Amino acid sequence: MFYREAGQFKTSYRSDQALFPILQDKIGIVLLLAVAFIGVPLTASEFVIDSFITPILILSLAAIGLNLLTGYTGLLSLGTGAFMGVGAFSCYKLTTFFPGVNIIVLIICSGFFAAAAGIVFGLPSLRIKGFYLTVATLAAQFFLSWCFIRVPWLYNYNISASIEVPERMLFGIPVTGPTATVITRYLIVLTIVSVMTWLASNLIRGRIGRTWMAVRDMDIAAELIGIKLYPTKLLAFAVSSFYCGVAGAMLVFLYLGNAESESFSINQSFLVLFMVIIGGLGSLLGSFFGAALIYGLPIVLRMVKEGLGIPVTSATLEHVNFIVLGTLIILFLIAEPAGLARLWQIGKQKLRVWPFPY
Amino acid sequence: MHMLYMIFIDPFVQMGAAPDLLAQTLWEGLVAGVLYALIALGFVLIFKASGVFNFAQGIMVVFAALTLVGLYAHGVPAFLALALTIGVMFLLAMAVERFVLRPLVNQPEIILFMATFGLTYILIGSGELIFGGDPKLMISDQLLLPGGAYQIKMLGGFVQMQKIDIAAAIIASLMVATLAVFFQRTRIGRALRAVADSHRAALSVGISLEYIWVVVWFAAGVVALATGIMWGARSNVSFALEVIALKALPVLILGGFTSIPGAIVGGVIIGIGEKMGEFYWGPLFGSGIEEWFAYVIALIFLLFRPQGLFGERIIERI
Repeated sequence: MFYREAGQFKTSYRSDQALFPILQDKIGIVLLLAVAFIGVPLTASEFVIDSFITPILILSLAAIGLNLLTGYTGLLSLGTGAFMGVGAFSCYKLTTFFPGVNIIVLIICSGFFAAAAGIVFGLPSLRIKGFYLTVATLAAQFFLSWCFIRVPWLYNYNISASIEVPERMLFGIPVTGPTATVITRYLIVLTIVSVMTWLASNLIRGRIGRTWMAVRDMDIAAELIGIKLYPTKLLAFAVSSFYCGVAGAMLVFLYLGNAESESFSINQSFLVLFMVIIGGLGSLLGSFFGAALIYGLPIVLRMVKEGLGIPVTSATLEHVNFIVLGTLIILFLIAEPAGLARLWQIGKQKLRVWPFPY
Repeated sequence: MHMLYMIFIDPFVQMGAAPDLLAQTLWEGLVAGVLYALIALGFVLIFKASGVFNFAQGIMVVFAALTLVGLYAHGVPAFLALALTIGVMFLLAMAVERFVLRPLVNQPEIILFMATFGLTYILIGSGELIFGGDPKLMISDQLLLPGGAYQIKMLGGFVQMQKIDIAAAIIASLMVATLAVFFQRTRIGRALRAVADSHRAALSVGISLEYIWVVVWFAAGVVALATGIMWGARSNVSFALEVIALKALPVLILGGFTSIPGAIVGGVIIGIGEKMGEFYWGPLFGSGIEEWFAYVIALIFLLFRPQGLFGERIIERI
């Protein structure tokens, strides 16, 4: 009844191709951002922000990165964790070399290192396709995680083989390190994630995104209509790794505080892949849904158990968690293989025609 | 210059100087390769018949071994436990077909791939819940598998061969031979190959997909059980074994997803390459290169043959 575009006439291509062509969507996104930037810091407790919202935002960015590669270009990668690690470790080295430089600039810069790593490991993608490529990206995962352990230079010869985030100021306010407040870190994460999501959505609506989708749908046909496959695929690898790298740097600098190679293991790659597939391949919004579900589910399960007061050992709980997570993954896939984003679309469509069935 | 010498000359000098060590390394590589090949075989069976990239194969290995050991620990005689475990693998195949594959028929490959991740989690959780997560000893003696080792005098030194490794090699060859006969000669085998070629064409000549899927998942389960017994006899049975599934993936791309001989040859190449790399080149890079060395070998092969050594030629049409 309220969500209806009747009467909103487009008089130019520009307005027709706008990011949010419908007025209600524009209002909705402004409200959402207002809540996220003003409402959440004022009302939500630090616990909720620190254990839910910040990590979910960061992981959403990683999921968006993988989605650009897997969902939009059709190249399935299992090296996400390693590319996040490249971002984190290069950010750490950068801030060691240039302690005076604004940390946010360094976080963004570390994305370029991850992009370079992505290009190197994307090189086989022209000749190798499908699941063969997936396994080939595992080479990146294992080689890079090995580097994170065996190259002591990367963690400044720290005995514990981990990187610890130094304190960095921004306009006189500590933004990283132990003294930075939860709210400050949340706001910075939110800003970076919003800007990068906006950039990604413009990227995929433009020429580059269209070439990616053409390659995804059928690469030979794409080549025949004049898309150069190799640069396109490499660009997808580069941009995707850039996003993952920034997410990795944020994960360590703005959330975890310290990290070692284990934080960027193959399990991290799998988790991000789950987020992308459960959220919806080829949907930016889906990346957020997927991250929230996959990250939040184990926490919620634990809370439910505690709330019910069932006396179980933590080991048993862990196993039950595994079973429940596995079952839910399969059930979600059966119920909606196109992901949560599709459910959202269906809901929106229903809302448009409400109260009529169609 | 020194580095180049260390990479290209020195290892070969070492090999020439101590041929018995070389033979020992080759043997160990061969055995490891056979075991990788067994896991890869399970992958190939399922991929051929249903196009599913079964990530859960590695965990099926652990699950089968755990069930076997766990049943024995509850007082079931060893061979009865073996039979019961085969029964459990059959039930698992039925369950997978009924609750995972059938509802997801006609979905894109990536969705099915993802579903096997869910299966992996379920198997990890239930395996640990039922049998406990602590490492267990494989009941190799009770299953009449030989223990001990042969010392063979050759090349001016001794080469040690564990009897269980020899048994593993023999069992693996027998299994591959049986599977080859099964695929080539029997009615079900023909149906399997038909399904592998085209689901739709197979359906139209009256082959039941459901039946075929149960058969392949069951075959993969039995292969997993054999692999689990062999791996378990070498180390303990625990969920640490699941990493071997990741070891088997380079074997798979090297041999080709659709080729049974490819799995075997790929396994042997990767096994030997990995052990040689670790032994002769490992000290140069610091230890632990086993983790990624196999992938590098596989990648080099793939650059020349993108479909693996024995994979079917990829023909692309518009």
